[in-house]
Amino acid sequence: MAFVAFGSQAPTKEQGPSKTGRVALFLLLPGLFYLALFFITPLVSLIITSLKAPSATGAIGRYDLGLEFGNYVYAVTQYAPQIFRSFSFAVLATVIALAISYPIAYFIAVKSRNRPLLKGILLTLVVAPFFISFLLRTFAWKQIFSNDSLVVNVLKDIGIFGADSYIIGTNFAVVFGLIYNFIPFMTLPIYANLDRLDLSLVEAGSDLYASPSKTFRKITLPLSLPGVISGTLLTFIPISGDYVVASRDFLGGPDTAMIGNVVEANFLRIQDYPTASAISVMLMATIVVLVSAYVRRSGTDDLL
Amino acid sequence: MTRFSLGKYLLPTYVFLTFLFLMVPIGYTFVFSFNDSIKSNIIWRGFTLDNWLNVCDQADVCGAFGNSLLVAVTATTVSTVLGTMIAIALVRYRFKFRSATNLLLFLPLATPEVVMGAGLAAQFLDFGWTKGLTTVIIAHVMFTLSFVVVTVKARVATLDPALEEAGRDLYASPMQVFWKITFPLLLPGILSAAMLAFALSFDDFIITQFNSGSVDTFPKFVYTAAARGIPPEANVVGSFVFIVAIAIVIAVQVRSAMKKRKLLSK
Repeated sequence: MAFVAFGSQAPTKEQGPSKTGRVALFLLLPGLFYLALFFITPLVSLIITSLKAPSATGAIGRYDLGLEFGNYVYAVTQYAPQIFRSFSFAVLATVIALAISYPIAYFIAVKSRNRPLLKGILLTLVVAPFFISFLLRTFAWKQIFSNDSLVVNVLKDIGIFGADSYIIGTNFAVVFGLIYNFIPFMTLPIYANLDRLDLSLVEAGSDLYASPSKTFRKITLPLSLPGVISGTLLTFIPISGDYVVASRDFLGGPDTAMIGNVVEANFLRIQDYPTASAISVMLMATIVVLVSAYVRRSGTDDLL
Repeated sequence: MTRFSLGKYLLPTYVFLTFLFLMVPIGYTFVFSFNDSIKSNIIWRGFTLDNWLNVCDQADVCGAFGNSLLVAVTATTVSTVLGTMIAIALVRYRFKFRSATNLLLFLPLATPEVVMGAGLAAQFLDFGWTKGLTTVIIAHVMFTLSFVVVTVKARVATLDPALEEAGRDLYASPMQVFWKITFPLLLPGILSAAMLAFALSFDDFIITQFNSGSVDTFPKFVYTAAARGIPPEANVVGSFVFIVAIAIVIAVQVRSAMKKRKLLSK
């Protein structure tokens, strides 16, 4: 899977005498042109739309070109709670997903290294959730935690839960759903990294009388940091824009809306394109800042 | 050492429990695909095969599934061709605007779907294009392209250029070298890239919702149906796709394990 490839950064040594010229252009241009037309210009469209003003005719869903920077002020003041919530949910879910995933990645990559069958089975199980629709998985959790479900009733019976407590619609349910859905995104890059960990380095640590925990902290963990960073980006970014989990029809409630929900509602329901675009532009800008910090650290060749 | 060590069992137990947790919604979806439900599929009412045998009684589910297949097949074909070309160029050729190219390919991987979805929708609005199957396919080619490049590139990097040189030494034309040597060697990488693109396209919801207009894909059907309850036929489609995907993964792994064994026994 690409998540593995993304984290593993296959050694791309320059091969042979590099020819340039027409062949390279012929190979590159169609794809790059496609991305320019359907990835870059849409971002420009988004910026232009975010500055549009309501149509002079007053028709709903019609906007005129403009330079309404006030759209940004409106978006930030109107949706501050959702922006703050998205950020907190994404940080919280990413940190917990990391804590859950690291031991799994370690077990598959290091402890199962000499058992290919076990390793194959475990890797298949990690990606298994990808093969059932994202929406069906999330909806399954909704039903498992719904108000009259077995889980909630048992919690009430043993007294952990009060009689009128509920799970669906709470912040807990949303963060839980986010963590569940993104564990594989965190596990795979860390696995891909630990899989290449040279165990003789770990042995050297213990030969020099370092305790297992010290060996882990001083050798294994620092070496696996690139995998941790890839996993963090691959988890944090999709979570920050997700709106399925926090939707009221899935695990969310009236007070769990995230940035994605705001964009969806403004763009697709009330046709307030400028506000939806302004929020999207701000989200994208944040991500670009994060990514460029990453690029400055490791260069562009390691990106792909 | 005979000393009982807690650490020895702690990690495997933890891994086992986490995997159990990962499987819960999958098992749930599968079990409830056999539910003899009346209106909503929330309470267990007894076992039936009816949902599996007559999936298309729910015409919406079937139609949406068909659309998803059509979109995924078309988008995968286009993005696999474009992505493979880029991957070859990235590894084999030196060119000036290399880091700009890397960045352009990386950005779609790092952009939240809602931004790509809203951006394309804003552009289609500006262009005055009507949203439908075509716009969904355009969007899916866009967001799967970089994944194809990453996957194929890893394979190109392992290729020995000497093999192609040998072909050229034997007076093969550039086209013959590509189709007789390069392409067959790249095929496993291209196939896994295509499988990944297919899976991503088939399961995509957010970008699709922004650019599909009134066309339903399977994930979009599930999202809309969630408000009033998802019919068991949707669970059937989900479980069916799951079984097919797992079967493919297992087949690929068994095949590569057998190849390895053959190499070792030689």
